[in-house]
Amino acid sequence: MGRGLFGILGPSMIGPSSSHTAGAVRIGRMCRSVARGDIAAATFFLHGSFAQTYKGHGTDRALVGGLLGMNTDDERIINSLELAKKENMKIQFLPTNLGNYHPNTVRAEMVNKNGDTCNLIASSIGGGEIQIISVNGFPANISGIYDALIIRHMDKVGMISKIAALFEKNKLNIVSLYNNRESKGKIAITIIEIDGDVPEYLADLVSKIDGILSISVVNKI
Amino acid sequence: MYNNANELKLLCREQGKRISDVAIEIEAMENEITVEEVRAKFEKFIDIMNVACHKTLNKAIPSISGLTSGDAKKLNDYIEKKQNLCSDHALKGVAFALSCFEVNTSMGRIVAAPTAGSCGIVPACIFVVADKINANKDAVIDAFATASAVGSIIEKNATLSGAEGGCQAECGSASAMAAAAVVEMRGGTIDQSFHAASMTLKNVMGQVCDPIAGLVEVPCAKRNAIGVVNALLCVDLALAGIKSFVPFDEVVAAMYEVGKSLPCELRETGLGGLAGTPTGIAIRKKIFGK
Repeated sequence: MGRGLFGILGPSMIGPSSSHTAGAVRIGRMCRSVARGDIAAATFFLHGSFAQTYKGHGTDRALVGGLLGMNTDDERIINSLELAKKENMKIQFLPTNLGNYHPNTVRAEMVNKNGDTCNLIASSIGGGEIQIISVNGFPANISGIYDALIIRHMDKVGMISKIAALFEKNKLNIVSLYNNRESKGKIAITIIEIDGDVPEYLADLVSKIDGILSISVVNKI
Repeated sequence: MYNNANELKLLCREQGKRISDVAIEIEAMENEITVEEVRAKFEKFIDIMNVACHKTLNKAIPSISGLTSGDAKKLNDYIEKKQNLCSDHALKGVAFALSCFEVNTSMGRIVAAPTAGSCGIVPACIFVVADKINANKDAVIDAFATASAVGSIIEKNATLSGAEGGCQAECGSASAMAAAAVVEMRGGTIDQSFHAASMTLKNVMGQVCDPIAGLVEVPCAKRNAIGVVNALLCVDLALAGIKSFVPFDEVVAAMYEVGKSLPCELRETGLGGLAGTPTGIAIRKKIFGK
């Protein structure tokens, strides 16, 4: 099956390139979600075609527009760098070689206003579609098609079943589930994509589980 | 459901409906929404495209790279001198497309149709014909639905991406979409819509994607311009009763074969064609310093 009529006409977006501009806005929005809260500073390591053409395609302004919470068709994107400056966000762009990644890839390192740091690697894979391939050093696969939760927790017995039980109780169907750990008995990460919308109260409920360190809700875009 | 032009034509014939009617009904059914909701979604996009097609006709705005600016205004001023050789409507359509494209390169708001790099062709053709025949809002929505249906057939059987199939797959497809839509607007038959769409794709078969410095700008704006004239020419050919020898589904398959056989230098890498000329390389160095 194809993408329907609006896969052909659309998306509505700020130009000039769906992958270098619209996709970059979406990646910026993802960065904002993962950073949990207002961002104080962000550094973008631009790879491949992003590194080569980011100025001419406005990829820098698009990433920061997303970071400020703008949608792909927000006309303020063109002024996003100035808007970020006004909000005292420290933004830096560093062309680099990240290694064997898709040509339109960026590694973002963020600090929020509480001083928490986080990072992600994301690729813009064409037509405005994106893929997050790593969060805080852990491999991930978040497309932005579904709402997702990124949960950092202690690496101990029963964490996943407690989290999953909470999802069942709230009638949330899990689309995908990924779990890995930094080192035995220390910090682990669980990434869950679900059908429908993440209810606002869910993060609170999950955080009450013993051993949970932090939760980021990444809404679909 | 339809996977190609033959299946869509059959559906239209069985139900005694136009391409746009069938396309909108199927879109509503597959997404479990009403026909009115589909039409409202088109309307939202049409408003954005309408603004973009007029925005730079009287006021130049520079592109984000600084490479180009003001061509829509130049052409619009030229048309007003009434010395033009192409028809007023064809040129006005080109001016609409250039305006839409200039909005895109200046980081303004557009609708990908089917891509950002080909965003001027479909709205320019539909809007200029709507002006000519005083078409109402519903007729314009129908036209965009027909254009999208033809685009979806190309996507299912070939590609709409310059990186995969060259400019023929982006601007060529946009012209085919526009041509089919305008034939329907003018009261032509379903067969005539597909004859027009076939002829537009045939006219640019092999067209490469060779953007200077890898930016969606040069020569993309002018490929949008010729895309409008190509579509309107083929509409006139089809409405005059001229037929494409090769049917649409076969033309699409041929376009895909040609696209896949293009070397990667000519598929949106910014290396070959115009991008590889001394001028193209000099511009790249000036903008990016390498």
